[in-house]
Amino acid sequence: MDATNCFHCGNEIIKKEEILFDEKRFCCNGCKTVYEIFSINNMSCYYDFQASPGATPLDINGKYDFLENENIVSKLLEFQEDATHIISLYVPHIHCSSCIWILENLQKLQSGINTSQVNFPEKKVRINYNPEKTNLKQIVALLCSIGYEPYISLDNFEEGKKVVDRSLVYKIGVAFFCFGNIMLLSFPEYFEVNEFWINQYRGFLRWLVFAISLPSFLYSASGYYVSAWKSIKAGMLNIEIPIALGIIVMFIRSTVDIIFDYGQGFFDSMCGLIFFMLLGKLFQQKTYSFLSFERDYKSYFPIAITKILSNGTEIPVQVYDIKKGDRLLIRNQELIPVDGILISNKASIDYSFVTGEAVPIEKKSGDKIFAGGKQLGKVIEMEVLFSVSNSYLTQLWSNDVFQKKVEIKHKTITDKISRYFTPALLALAVLSFLYWIFISVDTAFNVFTAILIVACPCALALTAPFTQGNVLRIMGRRKLYLKNAMVIEQLAKVDTIVFDKTGTITTNEKTSITYEGEPLNDFELKLLGNTLRGSNHPLSRRLYDFIPKQEKIEPLHFEEIIGKGINAEFEDGTVKLGSSQFLQHMSENTHKKTKVHVEINGVYKGSYIFNNQYREGLEKLFERLSKNYKLIVLSGDNDGERKILEKMLPANATLVFNQKPEQKLHYIENLQKQGKNVMMVGDGLNDSGALAQSNVGISISENVNVFSPACDGILDASQFQKIAFFMNYSKNAMLTIYMSFTLSLLYNIVGLSFAVTGNLLPIVAAIIMPLSTITVVSFVTIMSNIYATKK
Amino acid sequence: MLTQIQGMSVIYLLISISIVVAATFLYAFIRAVRSGQYDDDYTPSVRMLFDDELITKPKTVTNKKEEQKPI
Repeated sequence: MDATNCFHCGNEIIKKEEILFDEKRFCCNGCKTVYEIFSINNMSCYYDFQASPGATPLDINGKYDFLENENIVSKLLEFQEDATHIISLYVPHIHCSSCIWILENLQKLQSGINTSQVNFPEKKVRINYNPEKTNLKQIVALLCSIGYEPYISLDNFEEGKKVVDRSLVYKIGVAFFCFGNIMLLSFPEYFEVNEFWINQYRGFLRWLVFAISLPSFLYSASGYYVSAWKSIKAGMLNIEIPIALGIIVMFIRSTVDIIFDYGQGFFDSMCGLIFFMLLGKLFQQKTYSFLSFERDYKSYFPIAITKILSNGTEIPVQVYDIKKGDRLLIRNQELIPVDGILISNKASIDYSFVTGEAVPIEKKSGDKIFAGGKQLGKVIEMEVLFSVSNSYLTQLWSNDVFQKKVEIKHKTITDKISRYFTPALLALAVLSFLYWIFISVDTAFNVFTAILIVACPCALALTAPFTQGNVLRIMGRRKLYLKNAMVIEQLAKVDTIVFDKTGTITTNEKTSITYEGEPLNDFELKLLGNTLRGSNHPLSRRLYDFIPKQEKIEPLHFEEIIGKGINAEFEDGTVKLGSSQFLQHMSENTHKKTKVHVEINGVYKGSYIFNNQYREGLEKLFERLSKNYKLIVLSGDNDGERKILEKMLPANATLVFNQKPEQKLHYIENLQKQGKNVMMVGDGLNDSGALAQSNVGISISENVNVFSPACDGILDASQFQKIAFFMNYSKNAMLTIYMSFTLSLLYNIVGLSFAVTGNLLPIVAAIIMPLSTITVVSFVTIMSNIYATKK
Repeated sequence: MLTQIQGMSVIYLLISISIVVAATFLYAFIRAVRSGQYDDDYTPSVRMLFDDELITKPKTVTNKKEEQKPI
């Protein structure tokens, strides 16, 4: 077969289906149509920015009918006025500069669109259109027709206007303004030149510095006062208390200094401190805007579904309005939003969202079908048994673990250290004060304030944010995306790792296939190959890739019975393949394995068995992890593969089978009750309870842009074997933090020795503070980079 | 004595000017952040390259650069 690739989407072209158009090769009609649309509209430079940037448009017939409903549309819109509507759509396919170009030129394809703007990191396009000339349904249809299908889910329906919190950036801006100007204005006094003009105008400069420091003191640092006050009220001693205390004492003492003309005060150090600490906060806030860690079933579910009224008319209905007894119409590729009973004859339902198992399950009329499945093939009808919130899958979300906020669960490392640091500091300040008060009351006050100023744990407070921020970035580059910096600390504490089986330690992509039965000769393989070629069933595709490439022959007759199998007739033979029922061949343990049975010329030959393929490096990873961690595999499947797993995995790994989603959750809960710190690695929605319950929930994803359940981190599936590295790295990150704490404590001791003896001059403070900041920040950056290179 | 007084007033003047300039920049920065200019720091860098490479030039490129105010 020629290795020619489609000009539009880059997929390999199957020779027989190749379409030549405009001297370009396309893999299918869809791709050709998109090219046509673009070239008619003079937009073919879409292909100039990136080779084969496109996606094959999918058939969306009827899928977006609900966009005709005004109420639904108005909920989705970001802005609504007579002649202007603005909508933000999430388009998962956005991946290159061609995408940006084409999506920002939508107005050339559809009149009525005023402007469109892409936000690449978020994979969103914001479209401004005139509702009198076009409508949302047309726009969505246009996007689908050019291969950029937007993703609209129940989540969009509920979320209101997003409020972006930019206050930290404002605070940093203000703090930098104050810091820079104050440094400049206090510079002359550092050198204590007793020149006439400085002496004359010292007062003016000092009061000006005082005035400029106010915004920084009152606004930029306000977060620290609030959080210090909160922790005092809660009876905890966190790092914010000495920080807030340090800042306030610094401000009061500096003000007293300039009122009584004792000196210039410490305004410069104070503003520098506030600025650097806010910078640390910003650095720690690394977010992956294209990922979402908070997804629940709502991001998977459609907004509306087609309801059949008693008189036979079909209307789109909002899923929350679905009631028991309603009749629904589910089209090909549509998600079933509620539990119900199948009315149509047959359905083939893909539960991969729920179980991670990609092989569709066949249902007959009268069978119960559960929410979360996706219909493949024909249109089906169903009757509703439960509303959305009462359905089996969605009930999982009413569990308490989904209501909890994570922050409350954990105490950070800095808070733990400051539990000792804060009392020690206060004790030292009081003791020195008591010592000096017998010698000189003036010095006693100076020393007391100096200690609180110098010991203000600036470097201590910077250590964790900068280390964790850097580690977060390094891990992100290696495709482990963590929700926030706190996850690193949790990761280092983990002692038990629980893995899901299907989709986590096995891949969904490749399945190793074995054949059982009478061997097939070349001729029979040729017939089989040509039969499979015409089928789009996932198993057929996999089997087609598995058997050797065959010479092509056209079938005389070809029939695919959805959910059952294929009948094909060739000039010199007939092929029948599919499920055991379809071939009326019953073998023992058929239910435990996924099989495709083959019959040629009416004679049963045997079956292809699809074994789950384990991820590369699984054995090595488990062997390495088993030295330091307790390993558990939790599976929703039956124990058909227990033997293989036992052989592959270390002896001390526990295997548990037949676990329902809530059983997984309780299993983890029990481990935690035994005092274990559990990390859960899972993929499907069926793991989401366990992921939320565990101390660290990591979700594995073949394509991180596609959806993964709520979790603390998303790991690209290709990096699965690196889990051991990440675990180790998180431990080293914590080690770096401890080392750097020691370093900053040393600075504090040096500073304190000046302070206790009553020698803290503004110039000393002005040197020590930035110096400690810079050394600590560069130390943690260098260390975390060194550890990253270790295997 | 006279020269000194003149020298002093210059310092007042210069310092006030420098503070005013710095404050203007601070105001401009805050306004830029508020308008959402820094929310997406990648797409504009790609967008600016389009103009030159196009044979059929889209007239809307200038429109796109205008930030829509968040509502």
